Parts: sequence; C-alpha cells; structure tokens
Amino acid sequence: MALRELASLEKYLGLKKPNKYSTQGDKKVPVLQNNNAPPLVGLVTIACHLVKEAKRPELLGDGAEGRAVVQQWLEYRVTKLDSHTEDTKSILKDLNLYMQDKVYLAGNQLTLADVLMYYGIHSVILDLAVQEKEQYVNVARWFDHIQHHPGVRHHLPPVVVLRNRLYTSRHH
Amino acid sequence: MELFVSEGNPHCLKVLAALKVTGVQCGVQFVNHEGKTYSMCLTCRYLFELNGPESSDQCNQWLEWEATILQPALLRALHLAVLQGKGSEVPKVLQGPLNVLDQSLAKGSTAYLTGEAVSVADVVLWGALHPVLSVSSLALSDHKSVKAWSDRVAAVRGCQSAAQKVLQGKGLEAMKSYMQKQPAPQSRDTQPCNGERAVSEEEMEAAALIWSKDLNACSHPAEKQHPVMPQEGNRNVLITSALPYVNNVPHLGNIIGCVLSADVFSRYGQLRGWNVLFVCGTDEYGTATENKAREEGLTPQQICDKYHAVHSSIYKWFQIDFDFFGRTTTEKQTEIAQDIFWRLHKNGFLVEDTVEQLRCENCQRFLADRFVEGTCPHCSYPEARGDQCDKCGRLINAVELREPQCKVCRQTPEIRSSKHLFLDLPKLETQLENWLERSTSSGDWTANAKQITRSWLRDGLKPRCITRDLQWGTPVPHPDFKEKVFYVWFDAPIGYLSITANYTNEWEKWWKNPHQVELYNFMAKDNVPFHSVVFPCSLLGAQDNYTLVSHLIATEYLNYEDTKFSKSRGVGVFGDMAKDTGIPSDVWRFYLLYVRPEGQDSAFSWADMALKNNSELLNNLGNFINRGGMFVTKFFGGCVPAMELQQEDKKLLAVVGWELQQYIQLMDKVKIRDALKHILNISRHGNQYIQVNEPWKKIKGGESERQRAGTVTGVSVNIACLLSVMLLPYMPAVSQTIRDQLNAPQTCINTMLQGPGTFVCALRAGHRIGTVSPLFQKLEADQIEALKKRFGGQQPAAVPAPPVVAEVKVVDGSDPEKAKQLAEAVAEQGDKVRALKSQKAEKAVITAEVSKLLDLKKQLALAEGKSPEPAPQKGKKK
Repeated sequence: MALRELASLEKYLGLKKPNKYSTQGDKKVPVLQNNNAPPLVGLVTIACHLVKEAKRPELLGDGAEGRAVVQQWLEYRVTKLDSHTEDTKSILKDLNLYMQDKVYLAGNQLTLADVLMYYGIHSVILDLAVQEKEQYVNVARWFDHIQHHPGVRHHLPPVVVLRNRLYTSRHH
Repeated sequence: MELFVSEGNPHCLKVLAALKVTGVQCGVQFVNHEGKTYSMCLTCRYLFELNGPESSDQCNQWLEWEATILQPALLRALHLAVLQGKGSEVPKVLQGPLNVLDQSLAKGSTAYLTGEAVSVADVVLWGALHPVLSVSSLALSDHKSVKAWSDRVAAVRGCQSAAQKVLQGKGLEAMKSYMQKQPAPQSRDTQPCNGERAVSEEEMEAAALIWSKDLNACSHPAEKQHPVMPQEGNRNVLITSALPYVNNVPHLGNIIGCVLSADVFSRYGQLRGWNVLFVCGTDEYGTATENKAREEGLTPQQICDKYHAVHSSIYKWFQIDFDFFGRTTTEKQTEIAQDIFWRLHKNGFLVEDTVEQLRCENCQRFLADRFVEGTCPHCSYPEARGDQCDKCGRLINAVELREPQCKVCRQTPEIRSSKHLFLDLPKLETQLENWLERSTSSGDWTANAKQITRSWLRDGLKPRCITRDLQWGTPVPHPDFKEKVFYVWFDAPIGYLSITANYTNEWEKWWKNPHQVELYNFMAKDNVPFHSVVFPCSLLGAQDNYTLVSHLIATEYLNYEDTKFSKSRGVGVFGDMAKDTGIPSDVWRFYLLYVRPEGQDSAFSWADMALKNNSELLNNLGNFINRGGMFVTKFFGGCVPAMELQQEDKKLLAVVGWELQQYIQLMDKVKIRDALKHILNISRHGNQYIQVNEPWKKIKGGESERQRAGTVTGVSVNIACLLSVMLLPYMPAVSQTIRDQLNAPQTCINTMLQGPGTFVCALRAGHRIGTVSPLFQKLEADQIEALKKRFGGQQPAAVPAPPVVAEVKVVDGSDPEKAKQLAEAVAEQGDKVRALKSQKAEKAVITAEVSKLLDLKKQLALAEGKSPEPAPQKGKKK
C-alpha cells in the first residue's frame, strides 16, 4: 500500500524517473533503494526526500514553525493513523474538530501533510456511509477538497461526498 | 518563547537536552501535562532548525524510526518495568529496536548517528533511551555500540543536567505517575495491522466446536404453509408496512422506508425460525383518487385497479415477499371499519360537531381544500389555495377565502354547515399513555418514533374528525351521516386488519391476540402519529382485545443526490423506472439498504451506488465468494477438500462467528443497515485470509502445503455458504445463486441463524459443488453518468416557479414584434412535445421540453402584455 502511495506521490510531484522501492519487516515499511547513497527507510522520510528532490520545499511548510506543523501531521499519520491502536472513530472525531476552521492541515496551502493524510485515511472514508460522512462533515469537506486537487488522487478511487447537508432529525 | 514540560515525562528529556545542546534561548516551565505529547521530538527538530539547517534525510529517517518503532516498544517496556514490576521482560521487548540501532552504529564509522557532530537524531534517541539504558538492573548492556554512543551523547554539554531535571535522580520511579496516566500499550504481536478485536483461545475452541456440529437434521420446513397462523410456543410475528397510497408511483424513498425494510425483516424472521406473517396493500380511498379518476376519465374503482397493478408489479420486481398484498377497497374493509365504528360509538368515544365547509352546487359536492381557490384573507393574493397561501405562506381555513372558486368548474361555492363525527382522543388519552408506556419500554421502537409520539402527547390531544363529505370511501353506517364516508386516516390503518381478513377468515387470531402476537409496523417518520397515537386510540376505544403495535420502526427520509425526490420535476428514481436501468433488483436492494435512513436522513447518489457496487459487492463480497468456489473447481476437481484446522483457521472461525453474532443482535433490533456492515466484514476477513495463505501457490507445493491449500479453500467456501444465508434477507436472488453454485443443502438456511449464531461446516470434505460464475458486474462511470442525467430532471435554472411569477409582475408593456416571434416558437415547441409524446420518449426528456414550452408561453404572455398564467402547483404529491 505504502509503495503505491509513493508512486502516486512521485507522479504528483512530477518526478520523471520512478524510484525503486522494497519493503522491510512485518509492517512492510517502505525502503527507497538509492544508487549513490544508503537506502532510506520509512514512509515519511522517503516522502520528504522526494519532495526535496522535486524542489518543492513549499510542500514541507514555511519556516521552521510551518515545517514543524507539517512534520507533526506526518508523524500523526504514521504513528496514530497507521498503527490502529486508536479507534478510527476517535481519530475522525479529533480531525473533525481540528478541521473546523481550517482548509488545509498545516498553514494556508496544500502540504505533504494533506497528501499523506489523504492517502492514509482514504480507506476509512471509503467505508463511511453517507450518514457518517455527515457526522464528520469537516473531515469530509477537507477530504473532498484534497481528492480533487489536481494530480493528488492517482491510484485511489474517488469517494463520493455529497454537498448538501442532510436534514437533521432535530426539527421535531 | 516558553517551553512547558512535566516531571517524569520521558518525552520531556529529549526536549530539554535539545534545548541545552542548541543553546536556544527559551524559558522552561514545569507543568503537569495531562494531554498527549506525541510531538516532543518534533519540538526537538524545531529547536535544531531554528539555529541550523533543515534536518537531513538520515536524521529524518532516525526520527521516523524513533516514532514508529522505538516508541511503541519503549512504552511497553516502561509499562512493564514501572507499573507491572516486570523489569526482567524489558530486554526481550527492546531487543529488536536495540539490535537495529546497535548494528547501524557498529557499521557506521562515525561517532554519532548521522556524522561526526551531534544531530537532532542523536539527542532524540538518546533522550528516549536514556532512562532505560541508565538502569543497570535492566541488563541492556549487551549492545556495545549503543552503550558507547550513549556515553558519547551523555557527555555533550547539557544532556546530563536535562536528565537530572526530568528524572530527579529517582530513575524510572520518576516516571510512575506519568505512566499511570497513559493508556496501557497493546502488544503488537497479537494485532495483525487491522485494528481487529483480539480473539481469545476459548473463543477459537468454541468456534471450532460449533464448526464441527451437524446441520439441523430435523429442520422445520423452509417453505411457508399458507395461511400462516399463530402457533402456540413459537414467536408469532405480524409485520405490516405502511400502506402506499394507490395513485402515486412509489419512489426509492417510499420503497426503503416501508416495504423493503419490512421485507428484509420478514425474511430474516423466517431464518430465525419465527412464525412470521407479512401483510401490506394499497390504500385506495380518498379525495386524491377521486381527483385522479376525473383527470383520467375513469371511475375511482378503475383507477384503483389500474394503479394497484402498477404497485404490485413494482414490489414484485423488488422481490418484496408479502404473504399477502391486498387493498383497502374491499367488503371486509367496510365490515371491519364499521364494526370498529359502532364499538367506538357504543363506548361513547365519538362526539358530534358542526363544521363549515364549501360546497359547489354545480359539481354537487363538498370541496376538499385543494379544490378551492380564492383571494387570501391576509394578503389579498388572488390565487390562494384552500389550505395555504403561496404568497404569504399563512395557513388558511377554506371558508375564510374571499371570492372562493371551485377549481373544477370555476363556480362560486357556498358555505354550508355539515354535521361530522369526531373521535374523542382526549377521553382516551390516559388509556393511551398507559399502553404507550408499556409498549415503548418493552418493544423496539425507533428513537424518532418515540420522540414524535411524545411531542404529540405533550401538545395535548384534540378530538379528530373521522367523517367526510365524499363518495369514494368506506360508508359511515350511522343513519344520521348517511351520505358520508370515513376520513382516510381513520379508515386506512384498518386496512391492515381487512387485508389480513382477505388473506384468512381467521384473521382475528392475529389481530385480537395481543398475548401471542408481536406486531411490527414499518413506516417513514411522517406516518408515526397515526400508528402510535390515532390508530391505537381507535382500537383501544373499540375495546375488543386488539393486537396493538409492539415495535414501531420508523425511518427518516431518503433524499435524492443533492435534492429531494420530485415527481413533478422528474427528479429521482421511481419504482417503475428502476428496472429500466439494467441494474439488477438485488443491487438496488443492497444499495438502498446500505444507505437506509436509519436514525438519520440519508441520500441516494448514483456515483456512490456505483462505488459501493464496485468496491463492496464486486471487489469484496463477490470476489471472496467467487475465489473460494473457483479454487474448489480448479484445484480440487469440484469437490470440497479435507480440512485440518490450525490455530489460524480457528481464529478466523472465531472472528467470523463474532461478526455473525453482531449481525444477529442488530437484526433482532431491526438495525438493518448496521447489520449489513457485518456481512461485508466477514468477506473482508475472508479475502485477507486467502491473501495471506495464498492457496494458489501452496497447491503447487509439497504434501503439507497442498493440505494447507485444501484447508484454506474448504474454510473459504464454507464461509461463502454462511454469507449466502446472511445475505438472504438483503439480496434473495444472489443468496440463492450462491447456494446453487455451491450446491449447498437447503438445511443450512435453517441452521446458521439459530440462537446466537451457529457457523457450522455445511459443505463437508467430498461435497461436490456446482458451476461457479461471477455474481456481480462492474458499474461503469459513463453508464452511471448517463443514468444520473436521465433521472436528474430539468436543470435547476428552469425550476423555481413562484419567483418567476413575482418577477414578471413588475414588468409592464407589450412588444408586438417579440410576441410574433414567440408565438411561432411556441407553436414549434408544441409540435416538438407532441411528437415526443407520440414516440413515447423518455419521461425526463418530455418533461424538459414541456417546461421549455411553458416558459415560452409565459414569455409570450408577457410580450402580449398579459399577466402570465400562474405556475402549476409543484408541491410534493402525497
């Protein structure tokens, strides 16, 4: 899964030559085989490396503080979202709260944090029924926005997010 | 800048160390951290980047390793050592990560992790490891390179003092209070990366035991014997779904709201071995039918006959398996309704009152609200309806209209007073509340049903008129009310009884038998008050030991895409059109049930339907069932291979058994949508199981590998067999197809859903299966786009009628030249519409063209200086 994600990221970044990857261990941690340097291990490490290679530093955030926020979400992705130690429902709840007043995860533009969180949470969102998407409406909005961002989606099927708010049953 | 750290928090050590090492000026405060502190090493990175270059790839890699591999292990180690006093187990837990670090340090020739200088990676890793490395009793000194590196970092200025600050010289004990606040870490080894529930040994053994049981030999007959009658000692379940109004073609929302939901539950009940009777029928009396008859130039009876057949065929296509689908225009209806009426009368629950009504002498009838138009008494709008003014929106009593007109003949109706009978609800209120108290607490009423009922009672009940001045209805038998019929709300629910009476003469065994029979009413939420308040009052007042509703199951509304279903705008899919889409009835059922408005409004979406079909049905469910069958056919000559269950297989059986239990618990409570998820979970587990075990590879291996391939294949087809049973209520045709393909014994249907769920091995070794073929087809994007367009109605620009009227009112003056052009355009468009109609073109296409025509006519009227005709009423037809 992580490998397809990296391949999509390469396409999004417009890297011409696809890299060679392998995986390591039970958890299939991705490894980037480098010709002239030691191999790189870990999804976030490789993703950051690709971004630098593509000369798109803005995707890693602005300034030391901006970069820290992006890194924080990248870490969240691999430690919380991927570890499944936490209930997906509580992750969605937290994210929904966080996204209440935000368009992107970090700062005011798309960053690697959005892309990798989108890849990581896709399977969760795909499984949600319309009712649940309504429940996590801020996450759904952010998700729909990112999946329609030119060039991001690639290997993943689009998820339908309805734009109307369903009527709440509270008018009784 | 201020840094907040807490004593005894292991994560704080690295930050403090980083602060010292980088020399960044920053105040430090010691606070008690309650929240999560997962971003501590990011803080370190931040501190380093403030003063230097961005961290290198190597650094990043170590930081990621620390967060994903080292931290979970450390957390477990600290938990063991600090809270559980099992320090001896720590080396085992930390061995893996420490080996990695040790080897990496030994291989590299540099003093620190990423070079000859201390980097953020060194500080973070050292900070993380220092507490355990510094405790000699934990015996971690095997890793020589780690030890040397750790000593080097510790010697860097500031590190030691940071350690002193956090640990306070108390070693690991300093972390105790911090660790107590952390959730207990889960052991990774038993958690295969899917957030699964842990399965215990006992569960596995229990599942394996059930698996080895036999199918129910003495199964009760799968086929129902009609007429179904209540049985002593069995659970007798009477299911009704709200009676659809005859002259409306039901849309998808109507279908999921009552008949489809009730059908699923009825089929499920039978699988559970209950004695189930499921009745429904068309509600045929009332003004709307009379009106429709006038429109189509038929008698009301002819209209009912015609549309009853339409309803029947729609439900047949959707495989709604009624035990009896009747109608309300029968003699039994008259008989039973009049009996209830006389009983209410005799018991003193009917009161008389005079009502003022409009009567059209020309048409010889009293006018229902929707057949009167006149000037609004509030805002003087000239085209107000008998019940409401479209302009000011206020509710109107028809007799208050100024200059009222009969909508049919345009004559002025007269006000006549007319005597009517009212059901005295206030007098029945106490009885009703006592009964409700019992029924809602012992039965499964949906939350909305309870809530709506409560709000009705809270507002207080008023007497409700049960008679009307109409012809098309059940005649009121009282001599003083000869020319009148029963109001449809009084009459229609009695249809449940009369329809049952048309099914069996012994209908009273169902309807006057509250001790043996449990009654389930299915409906959409707008119907709740009639079933929870009004109809029970009729029955309570009649005092004849009637069976009252025990479980009231109400759905919320289903929307269509980003809007609502609208017959007049041609928006949405209506029952009769579903079959023209080429999508199988089972797939329709699946998707409607998947988005069933259970507990919350929901929406139908074409793109979502395609997605769920392709991802859930095709790739998940269909794929799994097909794979198992194909392996049997291809690798084992069509016979189920011998199965030797190992731990892994037993674990899968336990997981599947658990999902089955959940399914049964939810279905028993009529949580139809939620239960469906568990079916899909089972096939997901199954796919994973096949993926991990790779029987297609093992079959080519040695004896034991071939044996393994056999077991995996055998377990898989048996799960497919279980799935076919669980699917039966949802997708009856697909369910049967699966059993046909597997050549499964029919007895499996009666076995699997007994008790809390019994997943037995129904297809034993040697069982010959049938021909396997794919169950589902992909829905392509262009196909779905075309359907979406076809049912999308006219484009929104042409829709809102009232604003157009308001707007053109201010336009003044005529334009003869433009009028001439428009007149030609109108004629042309008129021809086009007639041509389309004669060719029997698509409804949506015709509707679109008609709306263009109306629009042109409106413009023409404007250009001629006339006031345009009011737009036709576009309210939702009921």
